[in-house]
Amino acid sequence: MASLRQIAFYGKGGIGKSTTSQNTLAALAEMGQKILIVGCDPKADSTRLILHAKAQNSVLSLAAEAGSVEDLEIEDVLKVGYRDIRCVESGGPEPGVGCAGRGVITSINFLEENGAYEGVDYVSYDVLGDVVCGGFAMPIRENKAQEIYIVMSGEMMALYAANNISKGILKYASSGGVRLGGLICNSRQTDKEIELAEALAARLNSKLIHFVPRDNIVQHAELRRMTVLEYAPDSQQAEEYRQLAHKIHDNKGLGTIPTPITMEELEDMLMEFGILTPEDETVVGKALVA
Amino acid sequence: MNPEAKAQRRALIADVLAEYPEKTAKKRGKHLNVYEEGNADCGVKSNIKSIPGVMTVRGCAYAGAKGVVWGPIKDMVHVSHGPVGCGQYSWGQRRNYANGVAGVNNWVAMQVTPDFQEKDIVFGGDKKLDKMIDEIEQIFPLNKGISVMSECPVGLIGDDIEAVAKKKSKEIGKVVAPVRCEGFRGVSQSLGHHIANDVMRDHIVDKAADKEFEGTPYDVLIVGDYNIGGDAWASRILIEEMGLRVIGQWSGDASVAEIENGTKAKLNLIHCYRSMNYICRHLEEKYGIPWLEYNFFGPSQIEKSLRAIAEQFDDKIKEGAERVIAKYKPMADAILAKYKPRLQGKRIMLYVGGLRPRHVSDAYGDLGMEVTATGYEFAHADDYQRTTHYIKDGTLVYDDASEFELERFVQAIRPDLVGSGIKEKYGTQKLGVPFRQMHSWDYSGPYHGYDGFAVFARDMDLAINNPVWGLHKAPWKAA
Repeated sequence: MASLRQIAFYGKGGIGKSTTSQNTLAALAEMGQKILIVGCDPKADSTRLILHAKAQNSVLSLAAEAGSVEDLEIEDVLKVGYRDIRCVESGGPEPGVGCAGRGVITSINFLEENGAYEGVDYVSYDVLGDVVCGGFAMPIRENKAQEIYIVMSGEMMALYAANNISKGILKYASSGGVRLGGLICNSRQTDKEIELAEALAARLNSKLIHFVPRDNIVQHAELRRMTVLEYAPDSQQAEEYRQLAHKIHDNKGLGTIPTPITMEELEDMLMEFGILTPEDETVVGKALVA
Repeated sequence: MNPEAKAQRRALIADVLAEYPEKTAKKRGKHLNVYEEGNADCGVKSNIKSIPGVMTVRGCAYAGAKGVVWGPIKDMVHVSHGPVGCGQYSWGQRRNYANGVAGVNNWVAMQVTPDFQEKDIVFGGDKKLDKMIDEIEQIFPLNKGISVMSECPVGLIGDDIEAVAKKKSKEIGKVVAPVRCEGFRGVSQSLGHHIANDVMRDHIVDKAADKEFEGTPYDVLIVGDYNIGGDAWASRILIEEMGLRVIGQWSGDASVAEIENGTKAKLNLIHCYRSMNYICRHLEEKYGIPWLEYNFFGPSQIEKSLRAIAEQFDDKIKEGAERVIAKYKPMADAILAKYKPRLQGKRIMLYVGGLRPRHVSDAYGDLGMEVTATGYEFAHADDYQRTTHYIKDGTLVYDDASEFELERFVQAIRPDLVGSGIKEKYGTQKLGVPFRQMHSWDYSGPYHGYDGFAVFARDMDLAINNPVWGLHKAPWKAA
């Protein structure tokens, strides 16, 4: 247990968080690491590439059927996939009802209390889009994940999200010891993407840990519900994920306390890189006159 | 009060405030004052958020909505919607008496809750509420309606209780009232009263406006009497004896049918202004029904109120009022003759809720006692304006007082009696000062009406002149 490393992947929705994390974790498994993935997204799709399954039975859906989470056994919710990676999905309510954030808290507590973390080297949390409430900050809080990896791209909203997540980390950095492990740029082939990612990382007192190039082979693998590591282990893309896995493995204890920047600073930075053009204040709020 | 004594009281306030951190002292200072005769209000701020850490004795919106306004309606099942605690710790309601048979046509003393579990929070509780209403119908088929009193978590997770209520109301053909009284709303129980009034308006009163009703020119509603220890019953007989017809008691010992009579009275008589003025205003604005505040504590206020009520009607009722006053005069005089000599000159400190910090003032006055300090937990500015009609120059006034402030005031003033709630009772008695609970009448009552005055006078005598107060010095300690 002493050597247990807990990491988490955060990032804007649709950025390729789950894909990146599953491929990277598959590469870590290849290195001989024993892995547990905890999906913290109500959609429960954080483990499908490992399990080759659409969506597994989540802790919360089974708990709802059984009556309460106390009625569950760990075996009910733990599935084993590619290279013996253990997978758990927290799950959650359908959109628009209940409290998904509370669901994350319930599930993680259940997993810890029932020994899901025993005998693994890595626990990885995959958390939905934005840190919308305290529940989704659970992996950051209470000494859960030691390092957070933010998956981002050169797109404006992804950069905003990365900065916001850094704010969440900063909030708990002093009380819980959580650190920002680094940024992972999942390329969208936008202008000056790598420069922008590096610049933001520097402003956040972090580093760009890896730049993952865009490659259609990822989509081909996804269609088969597989990681690239499994679908095309000899491909260049698989090699990229292996590199990322090594970097994360070697990054132990090297996380930093992030220094999130203000909205203005972020916008200035985007303007510097030509992503954002200066606002023309004279047109704001003016309707079209025929 | 002479200027010197008033200055002393102001110094007492300054002393108490000096114990607080600067910011707290500044804020609390606005809620404490010594009343100056002739001013239009008591000179205190009110209805403002309590300061964390001061141990306020206020309640929450749920307490105001369920505990005060809806809970006493006897033939409805009141659901404490959320985790079990709120309903469990308010089980049995306040002491609002209600006739009937428990579980058949009276559910006031029952605690009904879906007992939210973790999964209800995560997945939402609407389905459970739906099912629960079916079960209530099955177990208690004679209920006349269901209220859904929303607890904090229901508001946090955004359950759509309005949609469930609408659907179930249609299904069971009875009122199902969703009351959004989450405890985190507002600064005290006061907002709960308001929310409760609004839901009562929308889900019962206005909907029943077309109800067939055989009215008389003498129909009145008793509003804001919760029948604590039988108060409303002791009030009702006087109003009926003067020739009026009471078509509903809101909401002590009330039935849904009485709430449905909301638009039918010729005059609405309101006792607790704070908790039900909202619906009176609505009935006035929408249906043109006038309303009148009255006070049935102590013979002088009862007489005044009976005459003021009669003033709104014809000579027959005016004669009726005089007849009632004359009938009870010997009884009132006998009470005064018995207790006034025992209570004359005693000084009272009050700290209560809706109307009592002012309304009971003259009942004490009738017995020769004087309210020397008073205050409200959750009053608004209009309550403090009304208070000036009752209190005397130099009265110490405190709004949303903390336990610390009260204790210090009791120690400094050493009144002959403190009238407040259960949380204040034992602390005060340990200071060697007699105490009566003025929320629940200390398991006694009624205190309204002439019958109530007899009980009131006896209770105050029992408390103040109890020989125990001469025995609290340790005999082994030299005098």
